Amino acid sequence: MTPTDAAVHKTAPPTRAARTERSDLTSSRLRAAFLFLLPMMTVLGVVAGWPLVRTIWLGFTDANLVDLSVTEFIGIENYYAVYDGEAFGLLVDPEWWNAVWNTLWFSVISVSLETALGMAVALVLNLQFKGRGLVRAAVLVPWAIPTIVSAKMWSWMLHDQLGIINELLMGVGLIAEPIAWTANPDTAMWAVIMVDVWKTTPFMALLILAGLQMLPGDIYEAAKVDGVHPVKVFFKVTLPLIRPALVVAVVFRALDALRIFDLIYVLTSNSTTTMSMSVYARQQLVDFQEVGYGSAAATLLFLVIALITTLTLMAGKVNLSEDSK
Amino acid sequence: MKLSLKSLLFYGLVLAIVVVSVFPFYYAIITSFRSGTELFNPSALPGVIDFGNYLSIFKEQPFGTNIFNSIFVATVVVIISLVLAVTAAYALARIPFRGRGLLLMTILSVSMFPQVAILSGMFELIKAMGIYNSLPGLIVPNMVLTLPFTVWVLTTFMKELPKELEEAAIVDGASSLVIVRRVFLPLMWPALVTTGLLAFISAWNEFLFALTFTLSNEVRTVPVAIALMSGASKYELPWGNIMAASVVVTVPIVVLVLIFQRKIVAGLTAGAVKG
Repeated sequence: MTPTDAAVHKTAPPTRAARTERSDLTSSRLRAAFLFLLPMMTVLGVVAGWPLVRTIWLGFTDANLVDLSVTEFIGIENYYAVYDGEAFGLLVDPEWWNAVWNTLWFSVISVSLETALGMAVALVLNLQFKGRGLVRAAVLVPWAIPTIVSAKMWSWMLHDQLGIINELLMGVGLIAEPIAWTANPDTAMWAVIMVDVWKTTPFMALLILAGLQMLPGDIYEAAKVDGVHPVKVFFKVTLPLIRPALVVAVVFRALDALRIFDLIYVLTSNSTTTMSMSVYARQQLVDFQEVGYGSAAATLLFLVIALITTLTLMAGKVNLSEDSK
Repeated sequence: MKLSLKSLLFYGLVLAIVVVSVFPFYYAIITSFRSGTELFNPSALPGVIDFGNYLSIFKEQPFGTNIFNSIFVATVVVIISLVLAVTAAYALARIPFRGRGLLLMTILSVSMFPQVAILSGMFELIKAMGIYNSLPGLIVPNMVLTLPFTVWVLTTFMKELPKELEEAAIVDGASSLVIVRRVFLPLMWPALVTTGLLAFISAWNEFLFALTFTLSNEVRTVPVAIALMSGASKYELPWGNIMAASVVVTVPIVVLVLIFQRKIVAGLTAGAVKG
């Protein structure tokens, strides 16, 4: 029996029996929804919820990696404590604040550059030209390369003695002697930003391109007929139209940038000039074995990101209601 | 004249985009064929082709095991995630219930939260389960990366399918499980392949958990093995070997991405733009 046959059979006038049948149906569907969600929620609770709760708890203890079973509750001492008139704890730890500023600086600069460059690449890819498919494939390559591999590839190219970048720059005469890009405090953060921009601009470009390709073509026809300058068209038509997609892409990238770990860890290891919040927290946890203190740092990072996410979601809601007016 | 100058500039820009995108990987391939003193030659042109580095990573290091570990962990993680996510996504996309929006938001925020935030709790959990420094000990934390993502993307895909699809089946008295299996699964294959591939890539690239929850080289995954490759002396990194290993693990991913490029872009936009 085909589904359509069944539909025909069941289109009898609604009787009381049919109505109870429908509410039975709704409740059985709700039961099914619950059963379908249960396994996923259980797994998510075990692998994400529980460890998160434990991390927050460990942040209030003096836990040490050597033996996690002997931990004592010490209140907020990992965050702030005063001994003999001297303040200790994360909130007064200059290294932690250094990591916070590094992370914010890195996130703002790299996400801005990625957005601007991604927009440029998307505008190019949105045009019709010979070999566009090939260019699009080429742009995807950096995105496809694992972060660790791209960090290693770039540390090789940026190598102070054997690197091709120093060789090229010296060849053109831009620098007189080799620069230790990843070790020099003046250039280390820029090296990290450059590699991140190289790796992530394709993601931005593709998201923006997807937005561009949904725009109606007739607006552009009209602008062309009216002789409006393309730059003006971009700022007055294109940008406002793709703004929603752009905002979401930027938020996703920013949240990703705030938790950066692998690129910095591989490119500049535990150097303080580039240390991000994630690198700081892991160094405390694993290298110094201070599980309590490191958990407190991880909790703060979580709070920062949660705060930003909530603010964005609220801002997003406000925008939505404005749009619907 | 003006037009040709314009198009010359345009193609210059296009060329610059292509060169910047592809050159680092090209240079890694070139380097991987150089060993010994050849590495002191920073030329960007291919010279001697020497497979020494490739032989060395498989002979002197357990790189074959590392590759197996990565494939094994990523495959298991993807399969578990997809199985759990298909039914969950059906409930989230097709059955209206109270708190659905909140649940979706929670799932999305799990995929955005910093992995470091669960590092110590996860360490405790893995120790308690007795799977520290083993492959199951990598599968458990990787679920955090792939499960919320697959649920989110599959929900987006399922929402777009027409409502008439299941209505007929419901009237026919089919149970929800049958609807998922008979009506949705056959239509979901392309979405499952794309989502699975993206989840596979993120598990394949995962570094923080794999670095923290393993001790011996035999249980390491590929990114950790590459990051920790060291040479005879502490100060001399074996760049030839590192580049050879990088090429080995990157070529399959690049090929997959290029084959599935249209689908991947669709999957990424479902994961992000519609969020």
